Amino acid sequence: MIIIKIAVVGCGKIGTSIIENLTSEGHDVTAVDINNDLVSSCVDLYDCMGVCGSGTDCDTLVECGAGSCNLFVAVTGSDEFNMLSCFMAKQLGAEHTIARIRNPEYNDKNLTFMRERLGLSMSLNPEMLAAGAIFDNLKLPGAVGIETFSRRRFEMIQLNIKEGSSLDGMSLINMRKSYKAKFLVCVVKRGEEVVVPDGNFVLKSGDRVAITASPYEIEKLLKLLDLTGKKAKNVMILGASRTAFYLAQMLLKSGNAVKVIDEDKQRLEEFCEHLPGIVAIEGDGAKQEVLLEEGIGNMDAFTSLTGIDEENILLSLFAMTQNVKKVVAKIDRDEFSSLAEKIGIESHVSPRKIVADIIVRYARGLENSMGNKMETLYKIMDGKAEVMEFRVTSESDVTGITLKDITLKKNILIAGIVRNRKTIIPTGDDSIQVGDMVIVLAAGVRINDITDIIK
Amino acid sequence: MNYRMVFGLTGKIITTEAALLLLPAIIALYFGETKSLFAYLIAAAIAAVIGLFLVLCFKAKNKEIYAGEGFVSVALSWIFLSIFGCFGFMISGDIPNFFDAFFETVSGFTTTGASILTDVESVSKSNLFWRSFTHWIGGMGILVFVMAIIPSNAKGTMHAMRAEMPGPIIGKLVPRVSDTAKILYLIYMVLTGVEIVLLYVGGMPLFESVVHSFGTAGTGGFSVKNDGLASYSPYSQWVITVFMLIFGVNFNIYYLLLIKRIRAVLQSIELWFYIVVVLLATTAITVNIFSIYGNLSESLRQSAFQVASIMTTTGFSTTDFNLWPGLSKTILLVLMFLGGCAGSTAGGIKVSRAVLLLKLIARELRRLLHPRSVSHVRFEGKKVEEETLQNVSVYFAIYMVCVVAVLLLISFEPFDLETTLSSTVACFNNVGPGFAGVGPASNYSAYSSFSKAVLSFAMLLGRLEIFPLIIALSPATWSRKRR
Repeated sequence: MIIIKIAVVGCGKIGTSIIENLTSEGHDVTAVDINNDLVSSCVDLYDCMGVCGSGTDCDTLVECGAGSCNLFVAVTGSDEFNMLSCFMAKQLGAEHTIARIRNPEYNDKNLTFMRERLGLSMSLNPEMLAAGAIFDNLKLPGAVGIETFSRRRFEMIQLNIKEGSSLDGMSLINMRKSYKAKFLVCVVKRGEEVVVPDGNFVLKSGDRVAITASPYEIEKLLKLLDLTGKKAKNVMILGASRTAFYLAQMLLKSGNAVKVIDEDKQRLEEFCEHLPGIVAIEGDGAKQEVLLEEGIGNMDAFTSLTGIDEENILLSLFAMTQNVKKVVAKIDRDEFSSLAEKIGIESHVSPRKIVADIIVRYARGLENSMGNKMETLYKIMDGKAEVMEFRVTSESDVTGITLKDITLKKNILIAGIVRNRKTIIPTGDDSIQVGDMVIVLAAGVRINDITDIIK
Repeated sequence: MNYRMVFGLTGKIITTEAALLLLPAIIALYFGETKSLFAYLIAAAIAAVIGLFLVLCFKAKNKEIYAGEGFVSVALSWIFLSIFGCFGFMISGDIPNFFDAFFETVSGFTTTGASILTDVESVSKSNLFWRSFTHWIGGMGILVFVMAIIPSNAKGTMHAMRAEMPGPIIGKLVPRVSDTAKILYLIYMVLTGVEIVLLYVGGMPLFESVVHSFGTAGTGGFSVKNDGLASYSPYSQWVITVFMLIFGVNFNIYYLLLIKRIRAVLQSIELWFYIVVVLLATTAITVNIFSIYGNLSESLRQSAFQVASIMTTTGFSTTDFNLWPGLSKTILLVLMFLGGCAGSTAGGIKVSRAVLLLKLIARELRRLLHPRSVSHVRFEGKKVEEETLQNVSVYFAIYMVCVVAVLLLISFEPFDLETTLSSTVACFNNVGPGFAGVGPASNYSAYSSFSKAVLSFAMLLGRLEIFPLIIALSPATWSRKRR
């Protein structure tokens, strides 16, 4: 196995989460931050090296091995700092550089230009990514989570099976017979266990299932399951954060009414300036009267995007008591998200997790530079399962053979194939061809290349 | 406290020891020592059974360990390691008394080299091998060894490594703990191998070359001759002198040399301080003892060997330095306290701590003179964190308290002050021989079982740098209310 050398500048929330994921993948990670306490806590917790210093200081960069590293990631709070740091690392000899660039000013059509000039391999915008994830979530009120592949040609939704649901006690064969849609139940989480089910598997209430299908089929299935609900039209956003800005932009573009509540008048004025049509309310969102006054009960969706997890969780709970149909909370800390699920907040989005998934995918791609390119990676079900999308670019042991003749490793499933813009829910008679996009699900097995799926 | 992880780790270490106990068994087989073969097989079996029992019983779901767990598992590991290591001596009949055998094993693992054996030459080869092999393992640390060979996905293993490695600032050489451990052991093995070859080439029999190289590498000091190393050729003595000094240097230096960062090596304050102290002490003693030996080469060799041996806390001897003049003996006593560099296999207060303490004194004086002055303590080109400085000064205080406590307990023996003081200092700093009654020509057999136990504990305190043992033994660590 090739060991990837990675330097991560910035040990904040996003940085630590990246470091945690990369070290558990077994890469050689060096954490860099100007704050010694942050660095030493990283070194204590994760199996990485620490360097205390500024990421734009040449000496620090040399010390952290930027000159010889395969991947250099700068995720401090300042865009300009990250850009400069990546630029210097690239000049020193870093193979790939990734910078966190989150200011809306940079994230327009000029971004490609800047990326090219700075030699960046990728730019990350956690806020925009989080906004995108929330937007997808709001689109499908029936599902608790949604992941997209191949430019939305293929989707994976997650459902919680509630007591009294028609799926409770149904086997997967029967489910397929009774709901005439093309879909595949990929993975089921029951309690703490994650299983890749076969046809005889019987669903129970309390299970969380992940289903893959094309967006059209998913909508059909949700309709059949009577889970479509009303599509969100009126959305209330709490907190005028950057994420809120991106989300409001997306929602307005697709014709929704958006109401933003925040205490900071200046931020709201910026919102009004850049987002015509938005309703901006100045007020303390933590006060229930304010929310009631602004008609929270009539909203189709509510999302809390303040910088404080606790506030987001509590206000989401309040929104649920006011019968808002779809509530999405932004929760950054892993330990809080499982707690939030326990008390009923099913839909939540974590910018940290999204970014960490992307970086992990990128690092795995470096490890496997010769093979087929991994386009997407999502860790789902508390990180116990991974869904990956591969672009099949070359002939191998898995191409051109019908799937029934391939012996897959345990806990691996081919969840879907996209060929010529058409989605295929694979059966034993299908086969993988060169040029396909293949979506693979793996529970507890690490996969770097599509050829890793066979025994 | 994550008890499962602590006991699981201890179990792993005992199991590793069981595997290591097979080495003296092989030696016994080779030399045809039936009694010892039998003894070591039994010792290995006992360690394997208990080790595996702990590993299987304490399977941790939560694999996170924090500073507390790190300290406690290191302390427990070393205590159990010493207990299971002494069965070979007892069963084979060479050291039948438990306290004697325990003292000898602790002295081995802590790389002290203090012995209770009055006639070393009559002891079986396998026992001699095991004695010196414990030096080799104890020098670099058993936890580091386990981390190097057993892949682990446990979080926070750095805490365990930090608790075992001596010195105020412990960093990693490479990002992963297991790789760091591997590099350290690789450097250690290569250096040991080179020494074995050089000694063997110089005419020392193979078995003795191996045993003495183990003793040098761990800066231990167990010898296989009653008169120490006095009977070996000047060539062998010089080789051992040089290697003792090499093993007293911070191993990071060798890694820096490997990756060709010569400038960083040359800028190391600790290394320079170490070299200067060795040169000064050697010169002073050479002049001081010139009249005894009469010629320069002899005085220089004796002086250099003894300085290297005492400063790196090895404790080999080529002469009875107890007969030297007072000045030389005092210099050696001071060197006992000082010890080698941090991150080496040597004991003592460590050169880097001494340097930091001196700098702290300088800063405090400056502060008294200029109360408003703002200043940092710099070390190896970097600013030293305030926490580290505090840790260093507290360490020094607790070190003195422990030395005085042990000294008082040992004073119950009917020996003179020089013997009592030097035995305490020699054991605490993992040197081995002291002066007068415990000088290089004598040994620790005259002490009572109680004193042997106290000195064993002192050796462990010195090797693990006090904190792990104190934390493991304090009730607050184990009570459920205040974790």
